[in-house]
Amino acid sequence: MPLRAKVASSVSRTAAALSRAAGRGDGSVIGGWIGLKIDPDLLAHLAAGRAIALISGTNGKTTTTRLAAAAVGVLGPVATNGFGANMPTGHTSALAKAGQTPYAVLEVDEHYLAKVLAATEPRVVALLNLSRDQLDRAKEVAMMAQLWRTALAEHPSVHVVANADDPMVVWAAAGSPAVTWFSAGQRWHDDSWVCPECGSPIERQADQWWCTGCSLRRPVPQWVVEDDGVVDPRGAWHKISLQLPGRVNLGNAATALAVAAQFGVRPTDAVSRLSTVASVAGRYAQVVRDGRNIRLLLAKNPASWLEAFDMADAAPTLLSINARDPDGLDTSWLFDVDFSPLRGRQVLITGDRAYDLAVRLEVNGVPFQHVRTFVEAVKLVPPGRLEVIANYTAFQDIRAELDRVL
Amino acid sequence: MSSDSTISIVWIYPDLLSTYGDRGNLLILARRAALRGLPVRTLEVRSDQPLPTNADIYLLGGGEDGPQALAAQRLIADGGLHRAVAQGSVVFAVCAGYQLLGGAFFAKGTQYAGLDLLDFRSDRGPTRAVGELGGPIDPRLGLPPLTGFENHGGRTHLGPGVSPLARVSTGIGNDGTTEGAWRGKLLGTYSHGPALSRNPAIADLLLRWATGYDSLPPLDDTWSDRLRAERMAATAAS
Repeated sequence: MPLRAKVASSVSRTAAALSRAAGRGDGSVIGGWIGLKIDPDLLAHLAAGRAIALISGTNGKTTTTRLAAAAVGVLGPVATNGFGANMPTGHTSALAKAGQTPYAVLEVDEHYLAKVLAATEPRVVALLNLSRDQLDRAKEVAMMAQLWRTALAEHPSVHVVANADDPMVVWAAAGSPAVTWFSAGQRWHDDSWVCPECGSPIERQADQWWCTGCSLRRPVPQWVVEDDGVVDPRGAWHKISLQLPGRVNLGNAATALAVAAQFGVRPTDAVSRLSTVASVAGRYAQVVRDGRNIRLLLAKNPASWLEAFDMADAAPTLLSINARDPDGLDTSWLFDVDFSPLRGRQVLITGDRAYDLAVRLEVNGVPFQHVRTFVEAVKLVPPGRLEVIANYTAFQDIRAELDRVL
Repeated sequence: MSSDSTISIVWIYPDLLSTYGDRGNLLILARRAALRGLPVRTLEVRSDQPLPTNADIYLLGGGEDGPQALAAQRLIADGGLHRAVAQGSVVFAVCAGYQLLGGAFFAKGTQYAGLDLLDFRSDRGPTRAVGELGGPIDPRLGLPPLTGFENHGGRTHLGPGVSPLARVSTGIGNDGTTEGAWRGKLLGTYSHGPALSRNPAIADLLLRWATGYDSLPPLDDTWSDRLRAERMAATAAS
């Protein structure tokens, strides 16, 4: 590594440590920010010589990154940005902090995939899904798929691991010479009714989908979720015992195994490591308070709300909605979510934008109680499980109230 | 209303024009009719299906540039919406759907022909209009102020044959001065997605237009009222 990069890397680590010591967060952004100021090529220098996997998509990337890092860990130390700091500053900080590791698994914000591809020259890129997410500032779905497709075309040596169930992902990946397809299911279909190639309607029947106007259709996946396990490309079934809830996370586990396989990790060696993952940056964490077993689920956009309902038990449920900058300022998406799975459960609502949610639930025929604080909600439910589903800053607020559970 | 006493509501092309919670307007109209004991039938018509011409209310949602241009071509080719409007049907359109009602709009840098059902044309503005949108509604409609959220790059220029829905006190709307448009039983707004969730009085106006009733029994709008008050206080404070 050039001297400038060494200095930058060292200062980056120091800044991250100082930030943590000062109680100003986990230091995963500030350290990288300072390092990149000193050496703009620091990320490329830190990436050189490592075998790297990038994980991107609208939903599930933090969890899949954590699972893939655990699976690749079979081979040795893995650098990873485990706290959801998924832009180049976060990658720089994670690699600087990890020191010399042969492997890295990095979560990448979907908007930054092209930039991080160029800087890190990864061995593998995993593409999970694309759906509407904070449209008041994010790129529209079709535009994002086009950006991915263009970026991948410039890196033909990268092996792509991609979700066969998402037409937008398939189209983005289809031009790449080496693709491994996995099937992780797709509950959310409302962003892929129109073919990104030719504009014709896309038809769906059971698991299959195809364009009615061109040749785009669901590729045959090599990795598939079946019952409570995953079938690998050789047809062998592996039981997956996760601490993380829901079928969604089985799909994430399948993706992690497919990524790890590109590093030579056999699924039989990796499955036991997947079950060691208990919570991911506070998500899925369980906390006991006043006899209530509280579980935290993050849901940022319509697709991830459907997944959260899949993960949650039929128990009293607190929903919390904010619309601050990191959440997106627009709450219109609430009407894209069908909350009817919550009927019959005790539902409480809170957050800055609880009234938007109240109107939505009323139209949805889901009775609810409005509470001002998290503590008030805990008092209103009987002892036992309390599921908490919140969007980004609402989730952070509740985590803060629970003393930064990790 | 159509031959029987059921109010029929058609959501036009949800496969193309449903960007952000647009389904809400269909759900809200159906619920507010049902709570008054008015029978309702809702129908979602995809862009590869012919549009029925005998429905009472037609809804157009928002969409990205490509789907918006495609929707315009198919609606013009289909001709069903024009026939329905000629027979007195109600149309409520938001965002990209609102632009479709005019004579022309811009998508992907190209001008496209609109449905020419209302006297206005849309082009590209210097900036994207993103944020809260609100203001007093045309007093002839007798409604409380509009409140909503807009997200569009277009600017809409009204001709003499159409009236603005509202004057802008927050946001951009058509051009920073006026917002939306209406004439007869056609109403469009840049307040996007589930616009009726914050404006139940507009939902009731559409139902009155569709049924011909002068008034409808009031509903318990506690949560909508709180939402409206909270949003208007937030925009007044900023």
